[in-house]
Amino acid sequence: MQLNRPLGLALLLALPLINQAAVLPEDRADILIHAYEGGGVEVIGPSILIRKSLGNSLSASVNYYEDSITSASIDVEMISGASTYTENRKEHSFTVDYLHNSTIISLGYNDSKESDYTSKTTSFGISQEMFGAMTTVTISYAQGADVVMKNTKPDFKESVDRRIYRLGISQVMSANAIMGITWETITDQGYLNNPYRMVRYVDDSKKRGFDLQSEKYPSTRNSSTIAIRGIYYLPYRASLSAGYRYFTDSWGIDASNSELAYVHPLGDTEWTFDIKYRFYQQSAATFYSDLYPTADYQNHLARDKELSTFNSHTFGLGVSYEFLQQSWSILDRGSLNLSYDYIVFSYDDFHDATAGGGAGGEPLYEFSANVFRLFVSVWY
Amino acid sequence: MDKIKLISLLFLALLLLSSCGIKPWVKPYERAKLADPIMSFSRDPVSSAYSRHVYEAREGARGADISAGGGCGCN
Repeated sequence: MQLNRPLGLALLLALPLINQAAVLPEDRADILIHAYEGGGVEVIGPSILIRKSLGNSLSASVNYYEDSITSASIDVEMISGASTYTENRKEHSFTVDYLHNSTIISLGYNDSKESDYTSKTTSFGISQEMFGAMTTVTISYAQGADVVMKNTKPDFKESVDRRIYRLGISQVMSANAIMGITWETITDQGYLNNPYRMVRYVDDSKKRGFDLQSEKYPSTRNSSTIAIRGIYYLPYRASLSAGYRYFTDSWGIDASNSELAYVHPLGDTEWTFDIKYRFYQQSAATFYSDLYPTADYQNHLARDKELSTFNSHTFGLGVSYEFLQQSWSILDRGSLNLSYDYIVFSYDDFHDATAGGGAGGEPLYEFSANVFRLFVSVWY
Repeated sequence: MDKIKLISLLFLALLLLSSCGIKPWVKPYERAKLADPIMSFSRDPVSSAYSRHVYEAREGARGADISAGGGCGCN
């Protein structure tokens, strides 16, 4: 885990809980290479997905995902100087979808492992098409159990229990437009902080003007998120989508993000282009501080920049080339895809503690990230 | 939390107004455009899941991602 928060849920929740009732997902295979570089962190790895139907009513998928992390992030630098650490995380997911009339029942299992963090999640979802297939309602539940360890302390072992409740409604608005709303509540209980991360407090006897102590989070966290989105087929063959999401939690964080995306197939050629913009902003957790006045200043202590006040802008581009428009052997079609996102993060109350200027007087931190996805997809 | 309730109520009101007692106004044979892959909120699930992971690892917010889901009744 080190200083990179683990999240093993994104893939699992993406697969069985997609609100696509009454039609099983297409048989396809994807091989993706992902690369992230930003803020002194590099993450690279593969993701392989294979989905296959079994008869007319069942569809199963398996996914293998890996993160290879090399980090010399600002957190690591503040705590241990300019040292760099490496970490590896492997994740396996398995899903089954069962179709009966206008209903799809989905089951999923996800397992994520790294040297100091394991996570197992099971999920159940049911998706129902109604009102003449104009409306699709999806309800799902997932339950996770994590174990938090510490590489530098072999007898350290803590746990986290997680429950995820989701309700989604998708509505056909016209022959050209679809809208959707998703509501999700997550509850966590257990050891929620990072066993390595430190907070800082004023100590004039130190050369840097501050000293460090371990962070300490509350043992529970409840959050609610709602997202509304729409997609519109333009008068020519292209689509425009927009979405808004609002988040609030029991730690006092309020966040929202807006997205706009445009997809443009190039005439009758094999090429499709994507462009997107995303803006995200959040307020800080109530117990967060960049610099506490004294040691043990309050019960809960956090200096995780993900809990601070900040915003980010994402500019994304994608290109896709269909290399099998005519069926070949068992393959119906295939595509080669490249996506690039440029993200700029700007923090309002998180200072660069590695820079000069005295404790609390350092410049505010900001960084940019480059995110690549290169993948091949085949349908069969 | 009030914002969540407000958005939910607005959407549900829209849904009820559009669905109650009215026959489906988009017939199955009129859904060719909706079935086009470019009308999917999440065209490539592996790529979308990775994007969500990138954000969730670096943001306080989590869940109910905008790009998840879909469903056009296009079978």
